[in-house]
Amino acid sequence: MEVVQSQRKSSSNNVIVSILPLYRSAPPLEVRLEDFEFFAIDRLRVLKGLSDGLCRGKKPEEMEKLVLDLWKANMRHPQAVEEVNKDIISHFVLRLVYCRTEELRKWFLSMETTLFRHRFRWGSSEAQRALMSEFKLPYKAVSNAEFESLKDKLGQVARSMGQTLAAADAIFYKVPFEEVPDLVAGRRVFIHKGHAYVAINQVVSLVVTQFRSYLSKALILTNRKWTSTIREQEKDRLTPIVEALCTSYLGPDYSQQQEFGEISIKDIDQVAKTSFPLCMRHLFEKVKEDHHLKHGGRMQLGLFLKGVGLKLDDALAFWKAEFAPKVSAERFDKEYAYNIRHNYGREGKRTDYTPYSCQKIISVTPGIGDHHGCPYRHFSEENLRAALVRMGVSSRAVEDVMDKVHNRHYQLACTLTFEAVHGSSCDAGINHPNQYFIDSQRVLQSKNGSVA
Amino acid sequence: MTKEEADNGRDDMVIDVPGQANAVPDGFNANYLRIYYGKLFPHADMFKWMSYGNDGKHPGCDKSYFGRREFSFTLENDIYIRFQSFNSVTELENSIKEKCPFKIDIGPVYSVDPAKRHAYAQSGNNVFTPVERELVFDIDISDYDDVRYCCTGADVCLECWPLMTIAIKVIDTSLRDDFGFNHILWVYSGRRGVHCWVCDGKARRLTNEQRAAIADYFHVYKGNENSQKKISLPGLVLHPFLARSYTEVLKGFFEAKLLPNQNLLASEERYEKILEMIPDASVASELRRRWQENKRASMSKDDINIVRWEQLKSILQSGKQKMQGLRRCVEEIVFSYTYPRLDMEVSRHMNHLLKAPFCVHPKTGRVCVPIDPNNCDEFDPTTVPTLSQLLEELNRGGLRQDAENEWDRTSLGESVAFFRTSFLQPLLKSCKEEIENSYNAKLQQSKNDLS
Repeated sequence: MEVVQSQRKSSSNNVIVSILPLYRSAPPLEVRLEDFEFFAIDRLRVLKGLSDGLCRGKKPEEMEKLVLDLWKANMRHPQAVEEVNKDIISHFVLRLVYCRTEELRKWFLSMETTLFRHRFRWGSSEAQRALMSEFKLPYKAVSNAEFESLKDKLGQVARSMGQTLAAADAIFYKVPFEEVPDLVAGRRVFIHKGHAYVAINQVVSLVVTQFRSYLSKALILTNRKWTSTIREQEKDRLTPIVEALCTSYLGPDYSQQQEFGEISIKDIDQVAKTSFPLCMRHLFEKVKEDHHLKHGGRMQLGLFLKGVGLKLDDALAFWKAEFAPKVSAERFDKEYAYNIRHNYGREGKRTDYTPYSCQKIISVTPGIGDHHGCPYRHFSEENLRAALVRMGVSSRAVEDVMDKVHNRHYQLACTLTFEAVHGSSCDAGINHPNQYFIDSQRVLQSKNGSVA
Repeated sequence: MTKEEADNGRDDMVIDVPGQANAVPDGFNANYLRIYYGKLFPHADMFKWMSYGNDGKHPGCDKSYFGRREFSFTLENDIYIRFQSFNSVTELENSIKEKCPFKIDIGPVYSVDPAKRHAYAQSGNNVFTPVERELVFDIDISDYDDVRYCCTGADVCLECWPLMTIAIKVIDTSLRDDFGFNHILWVYSGRRGVHCWVCDGKARRLTNEQRAAIADYFHVYKGNENSQKKISLPGLVLHPFLARSYTEVLKGFFEAKLLPNQNLLASEERYEKILEMIPDASVASELRRRWQENKRASMSKDDINIVRWEQLKSILQSGKQKMQGLRRCVEEIVFSYTYPRLDMEVSRHMNHLLKAPFCVHPKTGRVCVPIDPNNCDEFDPTTVPTLSQLLEELNRGGLRQDAENEWDRTSLGESVAFFRTSFLQPLLKSCKEEIENSYNAKLQQSKNDLS
């Protein structure tokens, strides 16, 4: 792909004119410098909108519509060839932007895969079959004889998902179970002796897995090329654009303390009561009550406290003191101190870990004995109501919050809680626990003239 | 055994005190372990297992394979050393005998010898990475504390052990019938649970994502003390895997064993927990009313738990119940009390370390012996041989010149024999075939390329 400065319109003879590009290789197109940036921004709007939708717990049908709307609004072009070009170019530009760290790659991979999945589904069945063969999926269609012998079990699987096995659906593919991990994980297929029996409408999963796997490898390669040659070569032209594109869309970085300087260990109890979001309050209460937290909880709360401004020494003192009734000082130093220092970037790879965003916290499922994750998502109704009341949320507001929860809008629920507790509105919405904390402190400071 | 001899760590034991000739006091310590590793721990079998047929006898063997496996040792003072690797059975055996680890963990096979990992870390290309690892499962009975009343925490007894039996049956059947795996080793963890090692080549080469998918396939119990409904079985019918588990294992165990032995419906506190799981308040109240009236009366000689369970089933499964949530309620209750609770994290990642079979558990002194899944009903954790018991048995046998197969004179003999015939031999046979086939295929390929 060649980027040019001139005003000449781009043209090429070899553009792949399939409706859904696979982004296998950078096409031989010429791109204007402005388009390089603008196309990427438009695509980023789609991906960011997708990300937002997932975060707010939208149901599959809602997501379907959302993706369609976002695509129409940002990527449509009256001429099919131009639309395909923009599609391909914007994808490859964003690869440069998002290949550079593990976290960026993970996000981009996740969003592009989701986008691909939806676009695949809304294609015609011929288009789908064509794409399947492009992916070289040599899966065997199940013979009639075998189908008859398995019909009962296949029907059972369908009914377990609230579907029926119509005659038209009697086309099944037999694939090794490893090829369809999503379907296996959700128990959406019948498996026997290592083979999964995949319905035609589940073929999407097959295709998407391949897409994802390919893109994942491509991103690593792109990163290598970027680091070794492109970044330097393009330092006066493309590199500044690429670097700006990324930071302008990922939101504030909560790993650096901004306005409030430090929080010391004696302040924690107080600010926990006034300014912690529910997820962190719960973890904080639990560690005080149980004198222990499992790994997931220690990570979520520990990184949050780091973002709040707790220095390493205070953090070590805090956890050590809380664990003291159950863990001797020697054992603490041996088993827990290392991980805390690791979180602050003082050990091992020396990565300075950033506190988890709401998106990340909502996505985890706490297991037995765990207290992390998003309480709006995981608490039973009874427990959640009680917790909100303890936070000082009025019964009217509790109903509003529960309404959001029932509709799986967990971040909106947290935002409403914030508004109820602080008596002021939060227009931006809560996207990050540290944002909750900072906003809370800001509100309290403006009320009292001092940090609470 | 006199104190001096124990301190000298000599292998042979001299009978010293008549009458108490062979008695070995209960316990777990370095001296006992030294003898255990010296005479009883099956080093050669572990080596053969971990080599997966790469013994150098066939040109297709990968001679570096065993040397790329990570072991970790936990030594006496909680000192933990990772990334141990060995190039031969002798190295492995000598290191174990010399270091006398209180616990041995097995990690993955890496792309290069773990001892050389730092050399490869410099290039920053992630060249030091796991390439093979058994598919493993860890089931711990303390994760069932909310559904067993006989014990809590680290304790285990014959009333609650059936929960582990259930887990073995459900998972083992699925691994074989659904996933097509054949080489599966179940091991007692030494105190309160079981481990499962799936050793087929296909299993060893699974990616993290695929392992997570299998773990999720088995994942039914979701939630912790903060969430209410932990088992949710939506849909008109159950997935064939769940249905089979229910009819072949869960229902039977629940009704015949757990219900009466744990007295799940005998007292108000206990039956309330079950009534809470019924989404229809009027049904729950009806049962509550009946049971409160019935507190003292027992018209039949049948166990009160079973009587009440029949009443519950009869109301919930009667044709009158139209409410959606009630359809699966009986199954949900049974699943809550019986369905296996896996530690998901253990299975998901290739680099998760897991305790080696035939280790001795420091807190109980019991050996981590294999469990036969076809006979797991018979397994009794309270009669698993302990370290001191084995040493006593060795004592009774007296001095022996040949140091081979000492386990045969002890209770451990049975376990080693089972390990060999039911697991190791079939596994190695299969591995050899795989190596041969792969080698022949490569030969054919290069012939094709040349021609």
